[in-house]
Amino acid sequence: MARLIRMDRSGHTTLAEWTAADEQAVEAAVATFREQLDAGYYAVVSEGEGRARQVDELPVDAELVILRRPIAGG
Amino acid sequence: MIDEVLPETAAVYWRPRVDERHLDRRARLWTLTTVAHTIPYLAASGVLLWLEPLAAPVVFVLLAHAWVIPALYAKRGANVLRRRPRADGGAERTALGLLGDLVGHQARDLHARTGLVLERGRFGVWLVGEAGAVLVRPGGRRVHCWCVHAEDRSLPSGDRIAHLLLALRTDEQGFATVANLAFSGSRRRVRRRLHPEHRPALDTAAAAARPTVQAGARDSIRRAMSKPLTRPDHSGHDLPDRAPARPSTRPRSGHPHRAR
Repeated sequence: MARLIRMDRSGHTTLAEWTAADEQAVEAAVATFREQLDAGYYAVVSEGEGRARQVDELPVDAELVILRRPIAGG
Repeated sequence: MIDEVLPETAAVYWRPRVDERHLDRRARLWTLTTVAHTIPYLAASGVLLWLEPLAAPVVFVLLAHAWVIPALYAKRGANVLRRRPRADGGAERTALGLLGDLVGHQARDLHARTGLVLERGRFGVWLVGEAGAVLVRPGGRRVHCWCVHAEDRSLPSGDRIAHLLLALRTDEQGFATVANLAFSGSRRRVRRRLHPEHRPALDTAAAAARPTVQAGARDSIRRAMSKPLTRPDHSGHDLPDRAPARPSTRPRSGHPHRAR
């Protein structure tokens, strides 16, 4: 089962879970994903050691999508 | 393949995107700055001592300046890896679980021992901390220390590192562009000023940043040393490289060069 998680003060929070076959779950995950992006989070898919990909649309086939806050220097 | 661009770079649009040449130029500038801070004090102290030996106390102050200013810069570099206040235990454990999923066994072990995550990149080997990262350049002698943090200060330490790690993996050049360079210089100068807990991580990163050709050659030599040497034979069989031991014509006692 794929998960959408957000890194926050609790460690991380699971916001949505879905399987590609479950359309309702996917729709709910996409809606949540969009809300979080609008709230200023960035979404990243880890692609193994040393690689990550930033995404603007929920990749339904990804196992784990991580929401992170922006980074800044200083 | 098109490299992804970290969206945070838009907030620092005036900065040129960091690349190899940029890093080398910054490194040379830092070296020049260090020399410019040191040489005048050293020269002035030499001249003063030559003109008036009784001015030794003033010379001592000048020499102290020549030492302290570069030391403070190196300390600033070491401080990028300083630990920040912890969140509550449950949040820390949850965050560490996620961080552990993102890195391999070796990086996980290193993090457990030192609190830092090692990540190989195109520019060199990175050590990622909670509010900064140190880039060990190929060869392992020079480091660049960067101040960079996740904007949410309430995050547990594991999540702070995970934020930086994911951004670094997404776009290494963008990561180095967004981050503020706190120091560039000798790894040894930074190492002396690091918290003792962090020093093994820097040593590991430096070892990882040394040319792989040498390491590969060492391994080949080690492998070759452990195997019996063989050479091809025209008959199709492998023969030992060395001939069977024959009775030596040299005297048995003493070093061969000494036997005359």
